Order: sequence, then C-alpha cells, then structure tokens
Amino acid sequence: MLAARVLGVLGVLFVLSIIVFAMMYLAPGDIVKNLLGNRPANPDVVAAVREQYRLDDPVVVQYLTWLKGFVTGDFGESIRLQVPVAQAIGDRIAITAALCGLAFLVSVIVAVPLGVRSAVKAGGWVDRAGNALSILGLSAPTFAIGLVLLYLFAYYVPIFPVYGGGDGGLDTLRHLVLPAVTLALGLGAIIVKLTRTAMLRELESDYVTFARSRGLGERMVRRIALRNAAIPIVTGASLVLTFLVGGTVLAETTYALPGIGTLLQDSVLFKDIAVVQSLTLLVAVVIAVIALLADLAYLLLDPRVSRTLGARA
Amino acid sequence: MSDIRIIGAAPATRRRRRVPVGVAIALGVLALVVLAAAFGNLLFDEAMRQDVLSSTLPPGSPAHPFGTDELGRDVLQMAVAGTASALVGPVVVAIGSMLLGVILGTLAGYEKGWLDTLIGRWTDLLLAVPVLLAAIVVSGVMGGGYWVTVALLVVLFSPSDIRIVRAGVLEQSARPYIEAAQMLSLSRWRVMFRHILPNVTSLVVTNMMLNVAFALVAFSSLSFLGVGVAPGTADWGRQLTDGRAIMFQNPAAVFLPALLIVVVAVCVNLVGDWIGQRLSQVGEEVR
Repeated sequence: MLAARVLGVLGVLFVLSIIVFAMMYLAPGDIVKNLLGNRPANPDVVAAVREQYRLDDPVVVQYLTWLKGFVTGDFGESIRLQVPVAQAIGDRIAITAALCGLAFLVSVIVAVPLGVRSAVKAGGWVDRAGNALSILGLSAPTFAIGLVLLYLFAYYVPIFPVYGGGDGGLDTLRHLVLPAVTLALGLGAIIVKLTRTAMLRELESDYVTFARSRGLGERMVRRIALRNAAIPIVTGASLVLTFLVGGTVLAETTYALPGIGTLLQDSVLFKDIAVVQSLTLLVAVVIAVIALLADLAYLLLDPRVSRTLGARA
Repeated sequence: MSDIRIIGAAPATRRRRRVPVGVAIALGVLALVVLAAAFGNLLFDEAMRQDVLSSTLPPGSPAHPFGTDELGRDVLQMAVAGTASALVGPVVVAIGSMLLGVILGTLAGYEKGWLDTLIGRWTDLLLAVPVLLAAIVVSGVMGGGYWVTVALLVVLFSPSDIRIVRAGVLEQSARPYIEAAQMLSLSRWRVMFRHILPNVTSLVVTNMMLNVAFALVAFSSLSFLGVGVAPGTADWGRQLTDGRAIMFQNPAAVFLPALLIVVVAVCVNLVGDWIGQRLSQVGEEVR
C-alpha cells in the first residue's frame, strides 16, 4: 500500500513537472525575450540563454536538462532580482516557514479543543459560536481579515507592527504576530469543522455508549473518542495544506512580508518564469511529502492499519 | 446523564420545516445582491464619468456617503456596479464545475473499470494542486484575464464535484431500481442520466452552493493579488486592491467591498447548508 502510495505521488509530481516546464512555452511572447527579461538582448547573451536552456535541442532534451537542474538544486537565474533562484528562495524561505508554523500552531491549539467542545456539547452556545466563527472564517478571504486587523492595529492599538518582516529574531517574531493570526483564522475554521464532524461521529458510536454505561468518566471517554477522531482529522491535512499555501501568499502580500508568497506574486506579475517554475514545483514537492507523512501518521494513530501492513509485508 | 441527549437528536426535523430567521435574512440579502448585479451596470457609466480630478473624500459627505476612491469615483456606486463582475464569475465557476462533475462523476461511478481509474487519477492530480497557487501562476504567467480565470477555476474546482457525484452514483447503482432499469434494457445513458442522476441531485446542488462561496473568495483573492480582473473594471476585489493605497484617507474604499464579499459568502454558505439539510431530509423520507 505504501509503495503504491509513493509511486502515485511520484507520478503526480512527474505530470506536474511537465506542466510547469511547459509554462515556459505557454507564456505569451518570444521565449528568449521572456527568459532574458530586461537584460539587453545582444547576440552573445541570446546565444548564452539558448545554450543554457538548450533551446536548439529537441523538447525532450530541454525538459530533461531542466529537470536535472531542478533536482540538483540549480534552479536557474531570476531575471527580476539578478540572482540565482535558489538564493532568492533561500533568503525568504525562513520567514514563510516561521509564518506557516506559527499560524498552524495557533490554529491547532485553539481549534481542536473548540471542535471537541462543540461536538461534546452539540447545540450549546460554544457550538453555535464556534459554528458561526467557522462559517465566517471560511467565508472571509484571508486578505479581508488581514486588512481589518491591519487597520485596527495601525490606527487604534499600535502594539504590533503591520508592515514588513523586521530585523530578525524577536523583532521578526513581533512582525509575524498579525500575519500569523490572520492566517490562523481561516485555518482554524477548517480545523474546527473537521474536528467537530469527526468527534460527533465518534461520540455516536457504540463503544462510547458502552464506555459511558461502564461508568467511565466523561474526560476519559473524550480522550478515547478524540484518539479515534484523530484519523479523519489528519486525513483533512491536505485540505489544510492547500489552504495554507494560498493563504500565505495573501497574508504576506497584505503585510508586505518578504517571504516566498510575495516572491511568487512579484515574480508572476514580472513574468520571472524561472522563479515561478521553481516555486510551483517546490510547493508541489512539499505538499506531496507532507501528505505522505500524514499517511504515515495513520500508522501511529491506528494500530489496525499497521497490523494489516505488517501482515502483508 | 445530560451528555446522552446528543445521541438521539431526532425530533429536530419537525422544527426545520419553517425557514430559519438566519436563512431568510440570507436569502433576502442574496436577492438584493442579484438585483444589484442585474442592474448595477446602469450605474457604472455614471460612476466612471465622474470628475476624475477631484481628490479622495472621506466617508460621510452628503453627496458620497462612503466617500470617493483614488480617482474621485463614488465608492458606493462603484461597489454596486462591481456586483456583476464579482458574482458572475463565481456562479459560472460553480455551474461549470458542477456540469463537469456530473458528467465525469456519473461516468466514473456507473461505468467503473478503466474510465473510473482514469478519472480517479485525474481528480487525485488536481486535488494535489492548491487552487489559489495554480490560478495565480497560470493566469499570471499567461496573462489570462477574466474568462481564462473562470475556465481555470472550473477545472480546479471540479474534483470535489466529481468525487461527490461518483460516490452518490456508486451508492445508487447498487439499488434494485437500477437493476430493474437494466433489465428493461434501457440504454446506459438513459439509466445514468434519467434514473440515477435525479437521485444524487441533493448532493450536487449543495456542493454547488458551497462552491459559489469558495469561488467568490478565490476570485476576490486573485483580484487582490493583481491577477484576473483588468485594472479599471468595476469589481469588488479590484476595488479593494486599489483602495489599499488610500486606506487611511478613506477606509470605506477598502472595507465596503471587503464587507460585501464576506457578507455574500456567508449568506451563500448559510443558504447552501440549509438547502443541503432540506434535501437530505426529503431523501430520507422517500426511503
């Protein structure tokens, strides 16, 4: 099962890499001009670009050269920043990772207990408030939440900075508070819904009724139920992840954070194709890896799965 | 003891017969918005023709209750005029991905075999792609425009429709009435679309409503990033983006369109959830 899963992921990445490579050709305009950007187009430079991308070779060779470069970490050159793409990404990845990590942490800490409580006291005021919040969180675009917070904290309660990434360390952390909260609201909405649905289903099952009838404490019952509910929650991780990718771009743009999201947006608008290609494929790889890890988490969460796997191996 | 009541929450059905207050309000708001989308364009010319040299006005002036934007255009008029652009795209996306979902999902669920495998792989591939990222990259690099973005979102939204329809069709096609229809040697198309499809309608409609809300959010997010809607168009996402530059002179230029997006998305979600509940109850009574 696991081997098939890995193969499937590799297949998806392979197809995506072809699509991403094709972007170079699908972008309107002359391909050499696109790759040159606003560098002066003298014959030497044009020849160098044709050589670098093997534009005179068959498409398959071009693709393989490009893929080889990508796999070995040679992502090409950013025409907008005039630096290697790997360097441009490396400079900015830390802040995006910190933002996503922080937002994820905040949303899990708040949303999972809220979802559990909503399910346990279904119909109660916590449930209704949680439901209203999650509908709002799902309906409000990340940037709308971001702009409201930005306005409030820039004007009325200026305790957190609202612009840029700070000078590193604690200062950066302070700059990340508002973007992370913005991102966490949408993220939390998804996690509350997932947790509530999963918990409700578990609480209705026979083993919970049985545990209660045996006189187990409500806290104990909840712990058992949550452990079983964890599987559908983790399965929803892909949903959370795809939201996080788009949300990061929006949150970074709103607060002018110098991260991967703004890099992507600027590069798209500038048609800096090498950067766009590398970022798209990198994100796809990260998503694929995390989805695989989520599958592996099954093994930890559900002993039945690992037992059947062990039996087959 | 008090915790046991949640297990049997059955008697709630009778109360839901009447339209809940929240849903009624949501329906009213949506009716207004649809009106604005239909007739808002009449205001657009007037809004655009205003004195472009006058400066940004804060909200509260008698002629412009929500102030004016960076080009001196009335914020309220621009918002009304932008309704059509903000609404048409998401509705087309939801309907388009629903049609794709119905066709491919029914085929996959009924025909099974290699077709099912192929469609399954296709949805797996699309689900691995973050919608917003793909939309930014594709319509940004290709210089898309409004309808390219619509087409792109139709494709990117379709996997959830395909999966839902497929699951529904799989469940239905095991039932006796389908066997009966096959015994009458009806054509497979007739069985699929005349006999099975009506029974999965509730799933399809509910998911379509939710997709309208998601597409609305996706569209405005794309406009916010400067992708999709051309500059100068009256559109909520566009208006909001342009308003950012004058956010502190006239906050209404940002918050009116933002509020409209959120309110419409919330209303669509509420109505969608309600329709879903109603339809699934109808289904249960028939069984």
